[in-house]
Amino acid sequence: MGSERLKTPEDSDSDTPPPRQTALTNLWRIKKYLHPYRYRLGLLWTMVLLNIVSGLAIPPLVGRAIDGPITDGDMRGLAVIVAVIAALGAADAILNLARRYMQTTTAMSIEADMRAGLYEHLQVLHTGFHDRWQTGQLLARVTSDLGMIRRFFAGGLVFAITSVGMIVLIMAQLLFIDWRLALIVATSAVPLFLIGRGFFRNYLPMARAEQDQSGEVSSAAEEAALGIRAIKALGRGPLMAARFEKEAAELRDRGIRKSLVASRSWSGYDAIATAAIGAVLVLGSIMVAEGQLSVGDLTAFIMLQLALLWPIEASGWVMAHGNEAMTAADRVYEVFDTEPAIKDRPGATAVDRGAVRGELVFEDVRFGFEDDSRDILRGVDLTVRPGETVAIAGKTGSGKTTLVSLPSRLNDPTGGRILLDGVDIRDLRLKNLRSVVTTAFEEATLFSMSVRENLALGRPDADRHDLEEALRVAQAEFVYDLPYGLDTRIGEQGLSLSGGQRQRLALARAVVVKPAVLVLDDPLSALDVHTEELVERALAQVLRDTTALVVVHRPSTVALADRVALLHEGRIAAFGKHSELMSTSPEYVDVLSAESEEVAA
Amino acid sequence: MSTNEKHDKHAHWRGRAESAEADRTSAEDDDAESIKELRSQSRRLLGWMIRPHKKAIAFLCGILLVQNFTSMATPLLVMFGIDNAIPAISERGDYSVLIGIGITFAVVSVLKYVCVRLYVAQSAKVGNAMLFALRGRVFRKFQALSVSFHERFTSGRVTARQSSDMESIREMTENGVDDLVLAALNVVTITVVMLVIDARLAAVALLTFPLMLMLGRWFNRVSTLAYRRARETVALLIVYFVESMGGVRAVQAYRREERDKELFAGLNTDNRFAQAAGHQQNAFMSGGMRGIGHLATVVVLLFGGWQVMQGNTELGVLAAFLLYMKRFFDPLNELVQFYNVLQSATSALEKISGVLDEPIEVAEPEEPRSIASPRGELRFDNVRFQYRDDQVVLPGLDLRIPGGQTMALVGATGAGKTTIAKLVSRFYDPKSGTVSLDGVDLRDLAEADLRGNIVMITQENFLFNGTIAENIELGLPGSTRERIVEAAKVVGAHEFIEALPEGYDTHVRKRGGRLSAGQRQLVVFARAFLADPRVLILDEATSSLDIPSERLVQRALRTILADRTAIIIAHRLSTVEIADRVLVLEHGRIIEDGHPSELIDHGGEYATLHRQWEDSLV
Repeated sequence: MGSERLKTPEDSDSDTPPPRQTALTNLWRIKKYLHPYRYRLGLLWTMVLLNIVSGLAIPPLVGRAIDGPITDGDMRGLAVIVAVIAALGAADAILNLARRYMQTTTAMSIEADMRAGLYEHLQVLHTGFHDRWQTGQLLARVTSDLGMIRRFFAGGLVFAITSVGMIVLIMAQLLFIDWRLALIVATSAVPLFLIGRGFFRNYLPMARAEQDQSGEVSSAAEEAALGIRAIKALGRGPLMAARFEKEAAELRDRGIRKSLVASRSWSGYDAIATAAIGAVLVLGSIMVAEGQLSVGDLTAFIMLQLALLWPIEASGWVMAHGNEAMTAADRVYEVFDTEPAIKDRPGATAVDRGAVRGELVFEDVRFGFEDDSRDILRGVDLTVRPGETVAIAGKTGSGKTTLVSLPSRLNDPTGGRILLDGVDIRDLRLKNLRSVVTTAFEEATLFSMSVRENLALGRPDADRHDLEEALRVAQAEFVYDLPYGLDTRIGEQGLSLSGGQRQRLALARAVVVKPAVLVLDDPLSALDVHTEELVERALAQVLRDTTALVVVHRPSTVALADRVALLHEGRIAAFGKHSELMSTSPEYVDVLSAESEEVAA
Repeated sequence: MSTNEKHDKHAHWRGRAESAEADRTSAEDDDAESIKELRSQSRRLLGWMIRPHKKAIAFLCGILLVQNFTSMATPLLVMFGIDNAIPAISERGDYSVLIGIGITFAVVSVLKYVCVRLYVAQSAKVGNAMLFALRGRVFRKFQALSVSFHERFTSGRVTARQSSDMESIREMTENGVDDLVLAALNVVTITVVMLVIDARLAAVALLTFPLMLMLGRWFNRVSTLAYRRARETVALLIVYFVESMGGVRAVQAYRREERDKELFAGLNTDNRFAQAAGHQQNAFMSGGMRGIGHLATVVVLLFGGWQVMQGNTELGVLAAFLLYMKRFFDPLNELVQFYNVLQSATSALEKISGVLDEPIEVAEPEEPRSIASPRGELRFDNVRFQYRDDQVVLPGLDLRIPGGQTMALVGATGAGKTTIAKLVSRFYDPKSGTVSLDGVDLRDLAEADLRGNIVMITQENFLFNGTIAENIELGLPGSTRERIVEAAKVVGAHEFIEALPEGYDTHVRKRGGRLSAGQRQLVVFARAFLADPRVLILDEATSSLDIPSERLVQRALRTILADRTAIIIAHRLSTVEIADRVLVLEHGRIIEDGHPSELIDHGGEYATLHRQWEDSLV
C-alpha cells in the first residue's frame, strides 16, 4: 500500500545521508572489513597467481613430450616427462582446492563481519529511523546486498584481475610480434571503452532500482504475513495478493530492463572481439602476401588473439557484477552513514544507580515530528519529586505517549530539557540512563525466547527471587502453568499469549529492573477489573520508593498516583491530587470521570 | 564445531517450543524418504515454472546452438583464411577469397551480436517471468494457509522464503544456464570428435568418466545437506533480524543491545559456517575435477605415446587429441562453480515446494454455498475445540445468537472468549460440531460471503504501510473519500486525523508508529465500520481508548450495532453495558446467560464483576 511513501531510498530527508560522489567510493570503504584478513588475502592472491602459473605450465610440457620422447621413441624419457606432468597436475589440483577453499572461507567471514557491523549500527539507530524504514528494505541490505558484495569479491574481482592480467600479457606479446596489427587490436579498445562507459552510466541506476524494488517486495511479503489476522478478518487476501503482485511485477520489469541494458553492451563486446580477429586476418593476409609478415607470425598472432576472446567477452559479465556490488555497497552505507540521532554527548557522565534520588524535572519541554510544523508538546513544565508517582492523563493524541518516551531518551525533545536530579539527561551516559529510567510500553513486545529471557531483558543478572517477585507484582504467575514454566518459548515463534497476559509480562519485565524511575505507558489497559486491582495493590508497594510516571486512561489506575498531571494542548493544564482536579478542572473531569454518567445514561 | 552443541546453546535462550515441529513444513524433514520426495517435489515445481515458457526456452536453446556454431566457426575460418587466401593473393593476385572471408567474418560478428543480444534479453524475460509467477503463487499460498499455520511458521520465515530463497533461484536463472547448455553441447561434440579421431585413445580418456561421475555424486550428496542447512540457517537469521528490528524500541529501552548482538552473532556464525560448508565442498570438487583432467592427460600421453612408438597411431592424431581434451575439461572446470548456484537454488526450491505442499487446515469449500439475504443468525452446535491435545478450550458449546442481537462475552483469561470469536470468523475450524451462519455451516460458505458478512476487529490493531485514508479504505476497497471521512467521524477519529499534518493523507509509518495505541484502535474501528458487515466481532477493541474516545465509540456502537449481530469481548464493562445479552464463560462452558440488568439482579458472577467495575470508577 502506497509503499512509495514509506521510506524508500530515493526519499531525501534527515535520515538519508547526502548522495555519494562516485559509485566506487562506497565499495572502496569496505576495505575496513578486509583489513583483519589482509595476510590471508595476501596469501590467497599469491595462491591465485601460483595457480595460474601451474595451470599454464602443463601444456608446454605436453608439447615437449610430443616433440621429444614420443617423436624419438624414448619411453623412458616419456615416463620422466609424464611423471613431471603428474606431479605438476597434482600440485595444480591441490592448489586450486586450497585457493577455492580459502577464498570462500575468507569471503564468508568478511560478509559475516559486515553483517554483524550493520546489525550493531541498526541497533543504536533511533526509533524515528526504524519507524520510517521498512523491515524488508533493511533485511535486503543485511542479506542480499552483502551477498552481492561477497560474490563480487570472491568471484567477479578475481576474474576481473585475472582477465586484465591476461589481456596485458597477451597485448605485450602481440606488440612484440607485429606492432601494426597490434594497433588494430588496440583500436578495437576504443569502441569497447565507449560501450563500457555507456554500460556504467545506464546499468548502475538499473541495478540500484532493481535492488530497491526487491526490498519493497520483501517488505510487502513480511507485512502480509505479520498482518495475516487483520487481512483474514476482512477477507482482503485477494486484494493483498493483487498489491503484492504489483510490486513483484515492478521487480520483474526492472530486472528485465536491467538485462536489456546488459544485452546491448555484452553483444557489442562479443561482436567487436570477433570482428577484430577478422580485421587482423584480412589485413595480416595482405601483409603476408606483400612479404611484410611471415605466415607463422600471423598464425601466432591470431592464436593469441583467440585467447583474448573470452576475457573480453567475460568482462561484460564482470562489469555487471561490479556494478551490482557498487550499488549494493551504496545501499549498505546509506545505513552506516545514518548517524544515530540519540547518542552520548561528549563528556557524558555516568550515574550510579544507588546515588540517584530520582527527581525528574521537565523544563519547557517541546516535541514535534519533523514533518509537522505544529508541536505535540508545547512547553511542558513538570516536577516529579523523588519517590513520587505522577499520573499523566489526557485525551487520545494529546501527546502522553510522546511525553513518556522522553525520560529514557527514546526520543529527544526538540526544545527545553529534562533533568534527573538536576542534571540534563542528555549529559548522562545513555546506557546508564536507561538502567536508571525504565519504560514499559502499552503494547508489550515479547521476543521469541523463553519467558525467563523475556523477563530478564533489562537485567540479565536477575536471580530467581527477583523474577518471582516481579511476576507476583504483575500478577503474571500464569507463566508457571505454561508447558515448560519459565523455559517455555513465547513470542511470535512460540506460545501465543492473550493481550492481558502479554501486558502483565511486560510490566513484570519493567519491575525486574528495579529502576530509580519507572515509566509506564498505560500498563494495565488490557487487564480485567479484578486483575487490575490485584496488580495495583502489588504495584503500589513497588512504587512507594520509586519515582514513577504513569500514563492513565482510567480512574482506577489514577489510584496508583500521588498526583495527576493533565496534558492538554501540549501543556500541563492542571496538576494536583485526583480529588482536587475533579473539583477544579472541568477538562480533567471530562477526560477521566464522565464514564459513569454514560453508563448510567 | 558440533552443530548439536550450538543448538543446545540456543535452546537455552530460545526456550522450549511446544513441539519440535513448531516452525516446520515438510521441507525440514531429513530422513531419506522425505529427501527423495522433496527432490521430486522441487523438480515438479521447476517443471511448473518452465511449462508456460517451453517455446521461449526452445527458442533460447536455438540461439545457443547458433552461438555455439559461431564460436566454433571462428578458428576454422582463421585456418581456412591462412591456408587459402594468402596463397591466392601471393600466387594469383586474387583477392576474392580474402574478401569472401572478410565478409564471412562480418556475418559471423553480426550473428554473434544478434545471438548474444537476443539471448540475454530473452532469458531475462523468461527468468523474471518465472520468478514472478513463483512469487505470486507462494504469496497466495501463504494467504490461504490458516492463522494457526502462521502462528507457528512466523512472518520471518515467510519473508525468508520470499526474499533469500527467491534470490537463490534468481541467481541460477541469471547466471550460467547458458554456460551449462554450451558446456553440455561441448562435451557431446568433443566426445564424438575424439571417438572419430581414435576410438582406442578415446576409450582410455573416457576411463576418467566414472571418476568424474563419482566425484559429482559425492558432491551432490554432501552439498545437498550443506545447502539445505544453509537455507535453514539463513531463515533463522532472517527470523531473528525481522523480529528484533520490529521490537527495536524494547531492545533500546531495556539496554538489550549487547545480549541481542551476541545472539545475532551466534546465528550469523552458524549461517557463515553452513554457507561456507557447501562452497568448501565445491572447492574439493573443483580441485578434484582439475586433478581428473590432468590424470586424463597423463594417461592419454602415456598410452598414446606408447601407441605412437608402436606405430599404431600417428603423432598428429595424438597432438590433436590432447588439444581436444583440454577443450573438453576447461569448460567443465568452469561449470563446477555453477554447480554451487544450482545446488543452492535446488535447496531453495525444496523449501518453497515444502510451503506449497503444506495442507490448508481451514480450506475454502469445494462447493461453496452463499446466503442471498443474510439475517446474521449464528449457531454453535456441540462445538468442541482445542489448540493443544491436552487442553480442551471448548468442550461442547451450544449457542444460538439471533440475527441483530448484540452479545457480550465475559470471563477470565482462558475461558474461551477469543476462541469463540476466532471460530465465528473462521480463523480456526471446530474439532467437532458446527458453527453456522443463517443455517449454513461456515465451512460450506463461500469465502467472499463469509468475509463480507463477518468482520472481526482483533486485539492487535494492525495498520498497514500507507496513509490513514488507505488504512480505513481496506474495510471496503474503492470507497470514496467522503465515505472514509464519514466512517472516521462516526467512530470519533475524525478530529485527531484532521489535526495531523496531512490529515487523512498522513503516512502512518511502519506498523502505525506515527500514531498512539488509542489512535490506531480508532482507525481500525473506522475500517470495520466501513466494511459494514452483518456480523461484527469486537475482541478487546476499545481497551486502549481514553474515556472520552470510548464514550464516542460507545455512542457510535449503539447506532452501528442496532441492526446487526455483534459479539463483544471486553473486560471493561462499560462496553458490555450496551449488549442485549451477556454470556459468562468459565472453562469453555456458559455459566450465566441473560440481559445485563437481569444478571446483575440475579447476583451471580456477572453481578460480582459489575460491582468491582463500579468500584473502580470512583
